[in-house]
Amino acid sequence: MDFLNDSSHWGTFLFFSALKVVMAFAVVMPMVAYSVMLERRLSAAIQDRIGPNRVGPFGLLQPLADGLKSFLKEDFTPSHVRKVYFIIAPAVSMIPAFLTIAVIPFGSVMGTQAMVIANLNVGILYTFSVVSLGVYGIVLAGWASNSKYPFLGGIRASAQMISYEIAMGMAAVPVFMLVGDLNLGKVIEYQANGAWLVFKQPIAFVIFLVAAFAETNRLPFDLPESETELVSGYNTEYSSMKFALFFMGEYAAMIAVSALMVTLFFGGWTLPFFGLNEAATSIAGGIAHILVFLGKVACFMVFFIWIRWMIPRFRYDQLMDLGWRRFLPLALANIIITAAILWMQHL
Amino acid sequence: MAPEVKDLEIKDTVGKTLDGLESSAIDEQDELQGDKLVLNMGPSHPSTHGVLRIVLELDGEVITKAMPDVGYLHRGDEKIAENMTYNQFVPYTDRLDYLAPLANNVAYILAVEKLMGIQDQLPERCQYIRVICCELARISAHLLGLGAFAMDVGALTVFLHTFTEREKVYNLCESLTGARFTTSFTRVGGIARDLPDGWIDQCRKFLDEVEVNFDETEQLLTRNRIFVDRTQGVGVLPKEVAIDYGVTGPNLRGSGVEHDLRKTNPYLVYSELDFDIPVGTAGDSYDRYLVRMEEMRQSARIIRQCLDKLPGGPVNVEDGKTFLPPKDKVLSSMEELIHQFMLVTQGVNVPPGEVYFGAENPKGELGFYIHSTGGGTPNRLKIRGPSFVNLSVLPYILKGSMMSDTVAILGSIDFVMGESDR
Repeated sequence: MDFLNDSSHWGTFLFFSALKVVMAFAVVMPMVAYSVMLERRLSAAIQDRIGPNRVGPFGLLQPLADGLKSFLKEDFTPSHVRKVYFIIAPAVSMIPAFLTIAVIPFGSVMGTQAMVIANLNVGILYTFSVVSLGVYGIVLAGWASNSKYPFLGGIRASAQMISYEIAMGMAAVPVFMLVGDLNLGKVIEYQANGAWLVFKQPIAFVIFLVAAFAETNRLPFDLPESETELVSGYNTEYSSMKFALFFMGEYAAMIAVSALMVTLFFGGWTLPFFGLNEAATSIAGGIAHILVFLGKVACFMVFFIWIRWMIPRFRYDQLMDLGWRRFLPLALANIIITAAILWMQHL
Repeated sequence: MAPEVKDLEIKDTVGKTLDGLESSAIDEQDELQGDKLVLNMGPSHPSTHGVLRIVLELDGEVITKAMPDVGYLHRGDEKIAENMTYNQFVPYTDRLDYLAPLANNVAYILAVEKLMGIQDQLPERCQYIRVICCELARISAHLLGLGAFAMDVGALTVFLHTFTEREKVYNLCESLTGARFTTSFTRVGGIARDLPDGWIDQCRKFLDEVEVNFDETEQLLTRNRIFVDRTQGVGVLPKEVAIDYGVTGPNLRGSGVEHDLRKTNPYLVYSELDFDIPVGTAGDSYDRYLVRMEEMRQSARIIRQCLDKLPGGPVNVEDGKTFLPPKDKVLSSMEELIHQFMLVTQGVNVPPGEVYFGAENPKGELGFYIHSTGGGTPNRLKIRGPSFVNLSVLPYILKGSMMSDTVAILGSIDFVMGESDR
C-alpha cells in the first residue's frame, strides 16, 4: 500500500476516488431516506398531528420499513405502456441527482485528499447540464405510461423545465462574474475570504431558490405531480420500487440543489467562526467541515419541507409567467448591474 | 378513445342549451386545432369529493367542454321514504348532506310539521335548539368545505387545521345526540332529547376556539398571493346565470344575490336573531370562499345569541298523538299507553295534502316536497338537493378554464354527492 502516499500515482487517484464515491453514496442515500422521515415528522408538527413514531425509537426505523414495503409490493407494469422507456424512466430521474453531488465540495481536506469527488474546472456547467437531465425521467415516465393523466404531467414537466432552467442559469452568472472562476472550490474560497455571496447577490439567490423549487418539482411548483388534479401526475401508473425511485429521486434532487445553493451562496463548508474558514489541518477539522456542510444542507431541506406544507400550488400558466416575464428579465438586469459595478471598480 | 367521444356527443342535449353562452374566443380556437383530448375525471378521483364524474374535453390544458355525470351514489332515498313512517325516515336524512346531518334532520322535520300544521305549536326551547343545531352544522360543513377547497389548490395544512375544529363539533354532537356523525336528532313535534348538562358551556368554549381557527385560516389563505391568483377571476358565475340555473346557498350569494331563506322566508326563530348575509361581488371562486368564511362567523354569532336567549320549558309538543309520551306515564296511564302504541306501530298520523318546505342548509336550499294521502307514511317524497342543482352549472362554469382551475372551481362550489344523488 505504498502507492497511497504517492499522490502522483494513478492508483492513488483511483483508490481515493472510489472511496469518496462510496462514502458520498453511503451518506446521501440515508440522507434521502431520513429527509422523507423529516418531511413526515415536520409536516405532522405543522399540521397538529404526531407523525410516524412507532417503528423503532421515535419512529427512526420508519424509512427502513418504507423501503421494505416498496420492495415487497407487486411491481405492476400495465399492459398499455412502452415497456423499455417505462422501466428506464425512474432510473433516469434518480441518477442525475446523485451525479450532481460529484462536483460539489462537501468538505475541505482530509489528510492529503480534497473532499470533492471530481475537482472539475467547469463544475457549474456540469452541474447545470446534469441537473436538467433529471426532468427527462419525468417526461419519459409521462409519455411511456401511455395514459392521459401522466401524459399531462409529462407535458407540464417539460414546459416547466424550459421556463426555469434559463432563469436558474442566468441567476448564477453574476456569482461567477464576481468569483472569476467556474470551479466550485474556487467559489467557496472566494466566499471564505470575503462575505458569503448571498449578501452580495441577494437577487440572484432569490431567483435561484425559486427556480430550485421548480427544478425539484416541489410545492408550490409540483405541477407535474399535482395530486389533486392529475391524480398523481407522471407517476400515476407506477408502483412498487419504480415509484419509490421517483420518490427518492425527488429527495435526492432536493439534497443536490440544496448542496449547490450552500456552495454558491452560503460559503459551502466554511463558517466565519472558530477558524473554520481555513482548510482543515487535522482529521477532526476535516470532519467538522463536512458536518458544517451537512448542517447547512439540512437547513435548506427544512426550508423546502416547510414551504411545501404552508402554501398552495401555482397554476401552469402562472408558473410560466413567473419564469419568463418576471425572473428572466430580473436575472438579466442583475447580470448587467453586476457587470457595471465590476467595470466601475476596474476603472 | 372513440367510444368515449361518442358518449359525450349523445349526452350533449344539455350541453347544446349552452351554445348561446359560448365565448367567441373559444370559437376561434375551435377552428385552429385538430384533435382534442377527452379526459375522464372521476368517479374515483382525489378532488371530485366523492363520486362525481366529469367528462372533460381538453385542448391542451384548456377545457372546451365539460359534462358532469352524477348518480354513482344513488340509493333511492325518495322511494325508501314511501315505505316507512315519517320518524323512521329521519336517519336517511343524515345521509343526504353527510357533512351537516343536523341541518338535514331539522329541514326534513320542519317540512313534515308544516304539512301537519303544527309548526306554530313548537315550544320556544325546541326552536332555539334546532337553530343551534343548524348553525353548528353550517360551521362544520363550511369548515370542511373550505379545508377541502384549500387542499384542492394545494394547501394541505389548512384542511387538517379545519378538520381539528370539526372534531370539536363532533364532540358537541356526540354529547347532544349520542352519535358523532349520523345524528338523527329531530322527531316530529320536537327533538330526541334536551340539551345535556354543561353542554351550553361546552358550546361557548367551542365557539371561542373556532373563531381563533377562522382567523388562522384567513391568515393562511385570504391574502395569500398564490391562493388569490388561483381563485380570483376563476370560475366566474354571473348573477343572472346563477339565478337561471337555480343555484342557491353560498354559491348564489357569492355571485352577489342577497338571497338567504333564513332572512327572506324565516323559519324557526331566525326572525328574532340578528345576523348579516354576506354577499360577493365578482361571483368567482375567491368570492365564494369569502362568503363561506363570513357565514361561519355569522353562524357563531347566531349560536351565541341562541345560547343567551335560550328559554326553559319543554322541548317537545305536548300532544301524545304527535310525540311519544314520557315513559313513566306510559306504564301507569291508559291514555299514554294507547298513544305510545299507536305512534310506534303506525307512526304520526299526517293529514292528506301536499307541502313544500325549503331550509337554508350549508350547501343551499334543501327542500322537501311531501305528498300525503293521510296515515303514517308519505305517498311521495321529493328531495331538492342543493348540491345537485349547484352542480348543473358546471358545464357553463368550467368551459374555457384551465385543467388546474377545475379543482379550484369544484372546491369552491362545495358539493356533497350524498345529497346530489340521494
